[in-house]
Amino acid sequence: MDKLLEVKDLVVEFPTRRGVLRALDGVSFDIAPGEILGVVGESGAGKSLTGAAIIGLLEPPGRIAGGEIRLQGQRIDNLLSAQMRRIRGRRIGAIFQDPLTSLNPLYTIGRQLTETILTHLDVTPAEARQRAIQLLKDTGIPAAEERIDHYPHQFSGGMRQRVVIALALAAEPQLVVADEPTTALDVSIQAQIITLLKRICRERGAAVMLVTHDMGVIAETCDRVAVMYAGRVAEIGPVHEVIHHPAHPYTAGLMRCIPDMDMERERLHQIDGAMPRLNEIPRGCAFHPRCDKAMLRCHEQRPNLMPAGATRAACWLHEVPATPAAVEVAQ
Amino acid sequence: MNTRVMDDPAKAMTPGLEASVGSEVCSPRPALPQPLVVVEDLARTFDVSAPWLNRVLERKPRQLLHAVDGVSFEIARGQTLALVGESGCGKSTVARLLVGLYAPTRGRFLFDGQDAHAAYASAQRRQLRRRIQMIFQDPYASLNPRWRVEDIVAEPLREHGLLNDAAALRERVGELLRSVGLSPHDMVKYPHQFSGGQRQRISIARALATRPDFLVCDEPTSALDVSVQAQVLNIMKDLQRQQGLTYLFISHNLAVVRHVSDQVGVMYLGRLVELADKRTLFTQPRHPYTRMLLDAIPKLHDTSRARTPVQGEVPNPLNPPSGCAFHPRCPHANARCKAERPVLQSMGGVRVACHAVQEGRI
Repeated sequence: MDKLLEVKDLVVEFPTRRGVLRALDGVSFDIAPGEILGVVGESGAGKSLTGAAIIGLLEPPGRIAGGEIRLQGQRIDNLLSAQMRRIRGRRIGAIFQDPLTSLNPLYTIGRQLTETILTHLDVTPAEARQRAIQLLKDTGIPAAEERIDHYPHQFSGGMRQRVVIALALAAEPQLVVADEPTTALDVSIQAQIITLLKRICRERGAAVMLVTHDMGVIAETCDRVAVMYAGRVAEIGPVHEVIHHPAHPYTAGLMRCIPDMDMERERLHQIDGAMPRLNEIPRGCAFHPRCDKAMLRCHEQRPNLMPAGATRAACWLHEVPATPAAVEVAQ
Repeated sequence: MNTRVMDDPAKAMTPGLEASVGSEVCSPRPALPQPLVVVEDLARTFDVSAPWLNRVLERKPRQLLHAVDGVSFEIARGQTLALVGESGCGKSTVARLLVGLYAPTRGRFLFDGQDAHAAYASAQRRQLRRRIQMIFQDPYASLNPRWRVEDIVAEPLREHGLLNDAAALRERVGELLRSVGLSPHDMVKYPHQFSGGQRQRISIARALATRPDFLVCDEPTSALDVSVQAQVLNIMKDLQRQQGLTYLFISHNLAVVRHVSDQVGVMYLGRLVELADKRTLFTQPRHPYTRMLLDAIPKLHDTSRARTPVQGEVPNPLNPPSGCAFHPRCPHANARCKAERPVLQSMGGVRVACHAVQEGRI
């Protein structure tokens, strides 16, 4: 299948007074049309930054210092902001964590929706309003004809996030970047929003890059998942494989840390230590100080993604030709 | 109100004296083993009315928010009760009531047989505050960024006059830091030099400084990443085992609750809808809301199972539905549920507030 989005060796840097911080260091992945890719990781792993780089909303002084981002083969990482603005909203939609701050409190939601539709699509204002009402109905907002003239504060958190989803999909983008879309919501609402996002993107054939720290959400929603650690992709592969047969020791540890609903354990597995700060990322594999399988080589050389079973992992354990014993240890 | 502070103001001002008396004198322990924490019909109402002028001009009525509306539970010594519920259900208000940050509108909180809110209002409050400590959700906001860790952890010791000698203080702080898995060398650092999980461990060390019996933990791991959450939860469990601590653990995360608690109380709109021991609650949830909550959690392994997402949202607490507050979202609601509010009733070891369960309909 043709690739919708290709990210290759993406490097994002923040120049500071005490030197340049590398927040993303050689991130590569791609998304097929209609696919849902999950990006998971702990805070500071660079998952939100990856999303921001794709939609061209890196906050200065952050900048793309290397690599490329292609949307249907066209490079979008080096566009002028006016050109990027035509892509953002039209071809790439965005959903952010906090639905209250992503809506303008001074305008009715109808005005915000029709504004987006009129900017990107060639329709009359009356058609745009019809379209907006239809979008609100599709996202499950009751009495949409009436609600369209309400202001954001008149909606509850879950309803607001539905409006934000409607807004992201207003111009029928091919890709939706959803950054922690359910984190600010309660569990019962979370399930509704995830189901909605999945259904509505499938209906419209939009691909989704779902950034979240919640492995449970990933497991239920995504086709593939990329696990990020310290600004790099540690492992990427089909969701089922990554969850059940993680190839990278970090993924394996992460999966065992998560308190399980179906199983009770006296002690949770823990990964000692914490993710390194950007200014003190260790040489070699960034995970080696916390890794119980670290070898001498991990201290010195940084692994790139390599095939590991059904997934791809950035770990020397999976280097070919690896001794069969090492592979066994990894699994 | 207790007038002892007025009668004997000097006593309230001498923390060192108070602390040296010891807890046994102030709170006589009954012979029978009774729960350390007994909460009876606790309620807290907030006045959220518009300002007076608006009420007069626009004829707006007074508005009361029943944040906690008649909650009762017990926690035995050395046990953990978890309160779960969605935002706005009143679980944090319960926590704040127990540590005395709010005074109750109605009801009682008996701590070790003693009426805690009477004590909070009297000269005994220091005594009680030494024994009841709190861990807050956000370790970035609950530690003073301009203080060194040493001062942060030593503050309760100084404040309660437990230790005044600088060398002894330093030694105790080092010991406390070691007990939460940090190094005594960390005491010269400032909070910003630590990660979120380490900061939360500093909060725990500070809470443990006065050797409390009861810790109120309000979402202690919600701001942390999963790998760090596991570290903090393990430390909390170890400390409970070593020191016989009693926890009230507030969380919205049922998977975490399943891991740490002995008893679980589920709250909805200011009331307890189900209170059961952990195993029963997770294997045989009775209340439709509990079932819904358990069903709503995304599962890691069993993803093939089709989930029915919950319908509707939590109603506005200012204008709660009549009868059972859950009836607009409940698939088993009937006319009685709309009219009559169910009370928490004991049914085979489980306490549940639901007409349908009590009538045997579900």
